[in-house]
Amino acid sequence: MSEPIKFHFDVDGDNFSSAGEASVQVKRMLRQIGIPADVIRRVSVAMYEGEINMVIHADGGNADVVVEPGKIVIILADRGPGIADIELAMTEGYSTAPENVRSLGFGAGMGLPNMKRYTDDMKIESVVGQGTTVTMTVLF
Amino acid sequence: MKISKIKELLEAEVLCGEDMLEEDVHSACGSDMMSDVLAFVKDQAVLLTGLCNLQVVRTANMMDMRCVVFVRAKKPTDDIIELAKDSGIAVLATDKPMYASCGILFTNGLRSEAVNA
Repeated sequence: MSEPIKFHFDVDGDNFSSAGEASVQVKRMLRQIGIPADVIRRVSVAMYEGEINMVIHADGGNADVVVEPGKIVIILADRGPGIADIELAMTEGYSTAPENVRSLGFGAGMGLPNMKRYTDDMKIESVVGQGTTVTMTVLF
Repeated sequence: MKISKIKELLEAEVLCGEDMLEEDVHSACGSDMMSDVLAFVKDQAVLLTGLCNLQVVRTANMMDMRCVVFVRAKKPTDDIIELAKDSGIAVLATDKPMYASCGILFTNGLRSEAVNA
């Protein structure tokens, strides 16, 4: 594998039911190109939490995945409200998700910490009122 | 423990994955909070949950699980079953509540593993 393999998805922000579809597809495609199972799990869980976040907080966005030898980069970009205090947002248990999201199995303030837990590097760039871009890297 | 044994112990209905009933699974977890499953579960094959939506199946898929058990008489909709079929995940449904379901499986030898905290 010399050229990077790239996947792009539009994440629909209107429908919580469809949240995670892109991550499921990425998981399938990474399997097809023979990425190790533990790496696939880390990438897909991190992306899934990110995708859920984009649907809950930002009315969707774009997801890009770039596969290179020894490295997978996931870039999630939205035009949502932005994150005012990134350090606070990274605190396990801190959440600004509406109460109804909890009844759906999310919104417990675990998303960003989980994304960090499963990746080797995570960078959050956010401007309040403009949007957020999360770049995650998984090495293998 | 075979998935067929889980069906028998929980008096559960098999909603999909009939062909997987003879598969052996070695550990399980119970949670309604999918983020907790994504955070702390490690190589557990069965998810017991009282939550009933598509994200349960996607979460199980992400964690490479083999079987989802919906407890306390939750009836998953057709789209949930279809997604599970597509993901190669067996789906069971039991009338028993979460605590009893977990207890029955645990005392019959289906344990959890150390959490990945």
